[in-house]
Amino acid sequence: MNTDFLSVTLYLLEGFGATVKIFLITLLIAIPLGLLICFGSMSKFQPLRWLMRTLVWIIRGTPLMLQLIIVFYGPGLLGWTAFSVEMATYITFSVNYACYFSEIYRGGIENVPRGQYEACQVLGMSKKDTFFRVILMQVVRKIVAPMSNEIITLVKDTSLARIIGYYEIIFFGQKYIKLEGILWPLFYTGAFYLIFSGLLTVLLRKAEKKMSYYNV
Amino acid sequence: MKALEVKNLSKKFGDLEVLKNVSFTLEEGEVLSIIGSSGGGKTTLLRCLNFLEKADEGEILVKGEDVYSAKAGEKPVITEEAQLRFGLVFQQFNLFPQYNVLDNLTLAVKLKEKNTPKEQIEEKAMELLKKVGLSEKAKNYPCQISGGQQQRVAIARALMLNPEILCFDEPTSALDPELTGEVLRVIRSLKSDNRTMIIVTHEMEFAKNVSDKVIFMADGVIEEMGEPNELFGSPKSPKLKAFLSRENFNQEI
Ligand SMILES: Nc1ncnc2c1ncn2[C@@H]1O[C@H](COP(=O)(O)OP(=O)(O)O)[C@@H](O)[C@H]1O
Ligand SMILES: [Mg+2]
Repeated sequence: MNTDFLSVTLYLLEGFGATVKIFLITLLIAIPLGLLICFGSMSKFQPLRWLMRTLVWIIRGTPLMLQLIIVFYGPGLLGWTAFSVEMATYITFSVNYACYFSEIYRGGIENVPRGQYEACQVLGMSKKDTFFRVILMQVVRKIVAPMSNEIITLVKDTSLARIIGYYEIIFFGQKYIKLEGILWPLFYTGAFYLIFSGLLTVLLRKAEKKMSYYNV
Repeated sequence: MKALEVKNLSKKFGDLEVLKNVSFTLEEGEVLSIIGSSGGGKTTLLRCLNFLEKADEGEILVKGEDVYSAKAGEKPVITEEAQLRFGLVFQQFNLFPQYNVLDNLTLAVKLKEKNTPKEQIEEKAMELLKKVGLSEKAKNYPCQISGGQQQRVAIARALMLNPEILCFDEPTSALDPELTGEVLRVIRSLKSDNRTMIIVTHEMEFAKNVSDKVIFMADGVIEEMGEPNELFGSPKSPKLKAFLSRENFNQEI
């Protein structure tokens, strides 16, 4: 293995690609899935509400690392076909973050004044139009800040996938310890996280600002 | 034909009877004011007329057509287009904060009348804004205009759907005293357009001047109903007498 700065950077960048892949797939699934879980947890149909709230309680009440291990090793123990490392990672992260998102969504939705729904009703708007044309935008505005926090946390949480053998950037960094006996590439991985989360912070701030064109 | 007939409307919240057998009628173009101390059921009555609450019992007829009927223990029957026959202006305006004034007016109509050209809907909105004196605020957001202006926008928004009966729930109660005049003036101008209106209000002077009919409600019951000069000039019910002298006293100090 080449241990000059450029080679290490390029090699770690490859590992960081895998990290970003977890990040993007998780967001892509968790953002809509969270909305479904949120609707479920607010449903008038009690068994569904109970089921969703229990799911959220379990997922939020246990460590993500443990969840990864259970999803990866659990099916095999029961004699079922196991998921691949990638599948287990994407499933666990998506469901985990969807649960957190669902609670943020729920807070946002419950925060919209009842008068907004009532104004829509007396103007003869359908339930669907009420949600998508009036409520959703107000919810989005209320949740950008807490969602930003979760999204930044996700950047760092991706490193947990290493526990079931997902080749992400930390894994790549550790290779240098094993094969070359040098530590600095592992430390250096921190810079990748910093730059990525820094970029995200700027982007999310911008989104937040863009949505503050009105006061409530 | 009556513009509105309300027959034996009753509503309970749990064990609390908020409306008890409320009945009244309204002719086309008439303005009805509803007065009474707070907790008397005035808001609940307006909310029942706009189906934000479902009355437990009673009937609502618009121009002779049954739009709502409920019997004890049965699911109420509400006709499909009942909602749009009524309009409601809220005490707290309830404008959509993320839309500018013009979009607040056009949103519901654009969704309802998908085939009407956008320009035509916007033209109508601009006309109504002119009517309430806010043409130059079309592109402002609700947070950028005063409470009185917000309420005038809310009135224009309700008018966009051309309701047969327009209801107001204390339209000036959330406003600073110096802003009530502009809103009351708009409501008065609607009366000269022959609009059928129901106004819940604490503005006694306004109720006296603008109404064709006044209802005094207390504890969910219509205590007294009549023309304004009868009701204010020679109140019969002791509760109304007490209420009016309290109002007069408040006015003087
Ligand atoms: N959603 C509700 N649930 C329970 N009680 C209510 C509800 N809305 C109103 N009430 C009660 O009904 C009574 C009448 O209220 P309301 O119609 O608002 O009177 P008003 O508008 O004349 O002040 C009050 O005692 C109030 O507390
Ligand atoms: Mg009230």
